[in-house]
Amino acid sequence: MFVTPAFAQQAAPANGATQGEVHTETGVAHNEHGTGVFPPFDQSTYASQLLWLVITFGLFYLLMQKLIVPRIGGILEHRHDRIAQDLDEASRLKAEADAAVATYEKELADARSKGGAIAESAREAAKVKANADRAAIEAELAGKLAAAEARISEIKAAAFAEVGAIAEETASAIVDQLIGPKASAEDVRAAVATAKVGA
Amino acid sequence: MANDPTHQFQIFKIVPIEIGGIDFSFTNASLFMVATVACAAGFLYFSTANRGLIPGRSQSVAELSYEFIASMLREGAGSHGMKFFPMVFSLFMFVLTANLLGMFPYFFTVTSQIIVTFALALFVIGTVVVYGFYKHGLHFLNVFVPSGVPGVLLPLVVTIEIISFLSRPISLSVRLFANMLAGHITLKVFAGFVASLGTLGAIGIGGATLPLIMTVALTGLEFLVAFLQAYVFAVLTCMYLNDAVHPGGH
Repeated sequence: MFVTPAFAQQAAPANGATQGEVHTETGVAHNEHGTGVFPPFDQSTYASQLLWLVITFGLFYLLMQKLIVPRIGGILEHRHDRIAQDLDEASRLKAEADAAVATYEKELADARSKGGAIAESAREAAKVKANADRAAIEAELAGKLAAAEARISEIKAAAFAEVGAIAEETASAIVDQLIGPKASAEDVRAAVATAKVGA
Repeated sequence: MANDPTHQFQIFKIVPIEIGGIDFSFTNASLFMVATVACAAGFLYFSTANRGLIPGRSQSVAELSYEFIASMLREGAGSHGMKFFPMVFSLFMFVLTANLLGMFPYFFTVTSQIIVTFALALFVIGTVVVYGFYKHGLHFLNVFVPSGVPGVLLPLVVTIEIISFLSRPISLSVRLFANMLAGHITLKVFAGFVASLGTLGAIGIGGATLPLIMTVALTGLEFLVAFLQAYVFAVLTCMYLNDAVHPGGH
């Protein structure tokens, strides 16, 4: 498929001079752009294509190397780091939450046992106070009882003493009625005392 | 000339430049090289301008292509090969963008020129050879001596290895060039059938539907080829670079 280089190179500078020349390489006449060669094998365009390829691809390569690859690489790395960091943060927070739960449960248990102790001591104190109160009331009641008994025996004694005087008077009145003359007080007293003893 | 299937590969001058008798004109090919670089670099640059922690759509595409090539190179040439990442990524993006731009009607396909693909292939092989000798000295020649080959077979195997090494730039460049060229010509020929059959009246219009369907299907196939050839170019680049990084390691 290659045309002779000599032909192509001669044709290139001529540029247009070969217009109208029919080249049977592709079976079609190319009379528009000069050389009439199957375009990809037209060596007159090689120098220009190579130069512009070097310029454009070289520029593209530089842009990629200096700007685009570091940027995309940076984005991906940053995301990777960020995900790792977030995972670390999440596990740290989870550990913190676990610790908080443990502390909470420990404090709850402490509070529960403390509350039990307080209730126990309150119950003890109440019991002691109740016992003391009962003892005091019992003592007071016993005192009152004793005082009441003393009073009763006093009243009884007084009543007994008065019973003697009334009997003496009654006896002397009965004796007066029966025998007229007044019995002496000593006799009557003696007689009552005898009767009392006898009774 | 519009129906000539090779017309689309025609190069014409936009700004004639001649230095020392050699034609360095700014042509439509040069224009589309500039367009390719502008599209590829512009897309990668502006899609990542936000440096979003959560990527948007275009940033995702840029990141995906980055990671696609990065994992390709890491698998192909190991972690030592990652120093060539900007090169492989540039080659892939350049070829892919050039191929895809070539899919637009009336656009010039940069990679349909053998000189362009051959220059890119020589760039790859040149890098392999220069880096191989720079890094490993004469041990780089181990690349032609596979390990575990019996001594009797060694001359034969080494000869084959040398031939295969020398044919690499050719196969690498011709594969890309021929795929783009053949695909575009086929597309043009079938599309031309639609137009020429369409002028033949009712039966012709009926007959034109067949090449029309073919053209639509080929367009889809060409998009696949455009991506696939860029991928193949990048994969082979990675494999060849592996030789430069680990000579004799295959």
